[in-house]
Amino acid sequence: MEASAINTRGAAAPLGERPSRARLADPAFKVFLTVLAALVLVLIAFFFVFLANKAQPAFSQFGVFGFVFDNDWNVSQGVYGALPLVVGTLISSAIALVIGVPVAVATALFVTELCPRRARSTLTVLIELLAAVPSVVYGLWGFLVVIPFLKPFQQWLADTFGFLPFVGGPVAGPSYFIAGLILAIMIVPIVSAISREVMSTVPPDHKEAALALGATRWEMIRMAVLPYSRRGITGAAMLGLGRAIGETIAVTLVIGNAPQIGKQIFDQGYTLAAVIANEFGEAANNKIHTAALIAAGLVLFVLTLIVNALARWVVTRAERVDKPAGRFRRGGGGGLVAGSTTVGLTPAPVDDIATVVSES
Amino acid sequence: MSTVPNVPVQTRLQAISAGRKRKDVAARWTLGLLTGIALVPLVLVIFYLLQKGLKAWSWDFFTTDPTGAFIGNQGGVKSAIVGTVEMVLLASIVAVPIGVGVAVYLVEFGKDSKFAAVVRYFVDVMTGVPSIVFGLFIYTTLVVSGAGGSSFAGWKGGLALALLMLPVVTRSAEVVLQLVPQGLREAALALGAPRWVVTLKVVVRTAIPGLITGSLLAVARAMGETAPLLFTVGALNATSLNLNDQMNSLPLQIFRDVGQANDQLVTRAWGSALTLVVMILILTLVARAVGRRSANS
Amino acid sequence: MTPEEASAMTEASEQPAPDPRVPAERAPRTQTAGAAVPSSVDVHVHAPVEVERAARSVTLEGLHAYYGSTHAVKNVDLAFGANQTTAIIGPSGCGKSTMVRCINRMHEEIPGARAEGKILLDDLDVNGPVDVVAVRRTIGMVFQKPNPFPTMSIRDNVAAGLKLTGVKTKDLNERVERALRGAGLWDEVKDRLGSPGIGLSGGQQQRLCIARTMAVEPDVILMDEPCSALDPIATLKVEELIDEIKKRVTVVIVTHNMQQAARVADQTAFMLSGELVEVGPTEKIFTNPDDERTEQYVTGKFG
Repeated sequence: MEASAINTRGAAAPLGERPSRARLADPAFKVFLTVLAALVLVLIAFFFVFLANKAQPAFSQFGVFGFVFDNDWNVSQGVYGALPLVVGTLISSAIALVIGVPVAVATALFVTELCPRRARSTLTVLIELLAAVPSVVYGLWGFLVVIPFLKPFQQWLADTFGFLPFVGGPVAGPSYFIAGLILAIMIVPIVSAISREVMSTVPPDHKEAALALGATRWEMIRMAVLPYSRRGITGAAMLGLGRAIGETIAVTLVIGNAPQIGKQIFDQGYTLAAVIANEFGEAANNKIHTAALIAAGLVLFVLTLIVNALARWVVTRAERVDKPAGRFRRGGGGGLVAGSTTVGLTPAPVDDIATVVSES
Repeated sequence: MSTVPNVPVQTRLQAISAGRKRKDVAARWTLGLLTGIALVPLVLVIFYLLQKGLKAWSWDFFTTDPTGAFIGNQGGVKSAIVGTVEMVLLASIVAVPIGVGVAVYLVEFGKDSKFAAVVRYFVDVMTGVPSIVFGLFIYTTLVVSGAGGSSFAGWKGGLALALLMLPVVTRSAEVVLQLVPQGLREAALALGAPRWVVTLKVVVRTAIPGLITGSLLAVARAMGETAPLLFTVGALNATSLNLNDQMNSLPLQIFRDVGQANDQLVTRAWGSALTLVVMILILTLVARAVGRRSANS
Repeated sequence: MTPEEASAMTEASEQPAPDPRVPAERAPRTQTAGAAVPSSVDVHVHAPVEVERAARSVTLEGLHAYYGSTHAVKNVDLAFGANQTTAIIGPSGCGKSTMVRCINRMHEEIPGARAEGKILLDDLDVNGPVDVVAVRRTIGMVFQKPNPFPTMSIRDNVAAGLKLTGVKTKDLNERVERALRGAGLWDEVKDRLGSPGIGLSGGQQQRLCIARTMAVEPDVILMDEPCSALDPIATLKVEELIDEIKKRVTVVIVTHNMQQAARVADQTAFMLSGELVEVGPTEKIFTNPDDERTEQYVTGKFG
């Protein structure tokens, strides 16, 4: 601490007076920081306005509802109805949730309740390493390794379970299913981290009460841990959904980029993010095409905003209802990790920071 | 009334039903298995990266630029590596000070104000914005208008990355700043230090290791991003140190090489992917080492 | 002093130090005039219990408990008589909670903790190769802070233990009512069995927890400072409850409140620094203890 700097400053001036420059420094500092903070708000508003502006030509030609709900995305004919993209986004994300959330919750349960203390941080780091792999590398691996490898498996699934709805048909390789699988891998770290957070705040009282009644470990988890964590896990899943919806590069490499609504999960498809990545280059000189792509971006933006807002609402409601201590809240919006670290529940700040970054 | 229990104690303490025991064992195994399954992709990705990527590594790989040729000498990925470093550096210079500044505001000055709550909420919102939307935004504002005398430029991609990093840096910085004990602030204020001195020289200084950790992790994240660069930096095979030029970057190079029907280009893609992952890994390890060292000191 | 009392006293003082493994005699006790030690507690008279359901005795033989390398409970030999209430008293950190948590094997849930020695339920050692889940069904526990399951209703809370063993739904409601009546809570909650368990007052929550524990009909109930979070009126209700449930279970209660021990316990054990210093009829411990350390503790000289 710069004690000398402080002392000379205080000692130099007579009691009760400070040089006018020093008196201005504090308010100036505060104003500066406030402006910086306001910058964030300005930026978001700016995003919205600019995107909407550039997307205008598409909306005026097809109408907002027409754009979003028309099932025809045909570049060569200049028709841009984004329904196949929206549906593709939702299907691949839904598959990602179905595969990814149970796995993530299982890892969270395993780490918090079942695995030996010493293995805990190693496992946690490993799961978070999944988040360190960039999207393009998952896409590369998915395209070059997973698709060829799983093609026979997908075909087998399609043939064996063809009686189920949405299952069956010829398998080309890239598909909603593969995209969902890769997305699942990518959302496991975020869903797991948040679920772990939630589960580690289950009061030991309740777990002990269950054990003392003669419950097995699994029964204790079902009686005390899962009901308590239910809402937090839902919020975590929704945040995972938000992540899956916005994922671009990994998806475009494995989904086939076919602008149609597939009938089976093994069909090829398209998503909002993938279409932008794929077609932006060729749309350079086509004003309406570019506007349509930007409009797709706007729809994507709004979609993720809604999902994320819902997710945070669910999680903060969980905190308020079940946990009067409200340790998660940072006294404001709804950040998830910060609260628990201020109470000192988690051991090493490094892990918290890494968790925050991987959750973002 | 009998004073002796009519059920012998051995019967009373009979093991619980086999069904419950089975369910418990089954559940434990399932949870463990699923955890293992979660880690399988990590192992596989690393395995394939090493198996296929190491083949591409050579002196030429790191020191020559891609030639853009389909057959013949395809060249290495020097410009991609250099471009990545340049743009990420720019992004960090922009995003870290602003991000930390916003975090300082939120923690030190905005504790209960409505304004701070709104800012915090929107920072969280920003973390959920898909990275391609950041690219779109920079495109519509800076590229189309030809700002800086260029359409596509490295600095514009760098800004897109900065937008991506900003909320991440802010959130992690907030976590770290909140960990600084309140007593430290009070002691400094009691010594007569003005607020800004306390904030900068005491709070931020104490939090520096954690801030570095958070920032490095955000940088590692930005390094791997492709989407924001797709329509902001153009495509340039040559190495350029001028950020106003179009630029190459590792994720872009990988994306371009992946779909090519040429084995050497595909191998180059694996090599680039391995390079990228190694760079990210080094950053992550350094970040954690910095954080741990401060926690132990 | 009557001749009978005199002979009873002589008998007691002539015997060698009472074997702690033998439950104390059920002879009626009276307060002796001219107590040997100026006690800080008023000792009450306990009438013999009317056994409604014969419970089991618990006997500890050579019990040691460790947290890692810390030796928290040292070589305890102690017997808890069937259908009796035994209080464990002692200053903070003396190991009384630890010892009691060994009895239903909750101690081993703490990472790095272990317990050695024999814990005999009647004549079966539960610290051996016995299914721990079955042990906890037979030896129940009530905790310091009332902890009803927050996501469950009152009915579901009481039924929680029953559901684990697959009690049929039609029997559930009957057993829930029985347990709540036994806990003296039925009239207060019978109209709102579906409302959340945490909506009750502190004292009611604790009685709910007792009902939950009683519902599975254990032989022994361990209570770890069950009243320390409750107000005096709620405390009194719980103590009355203990006198009631004694008719069906053996009760072991850890308490730092000597007055409470005197009120509810037939037998009291005093622990200090992990060791069992003395055990005996409550009245004796508080008025005429054998050990000097006990005397100092009950007269308030320390702790």
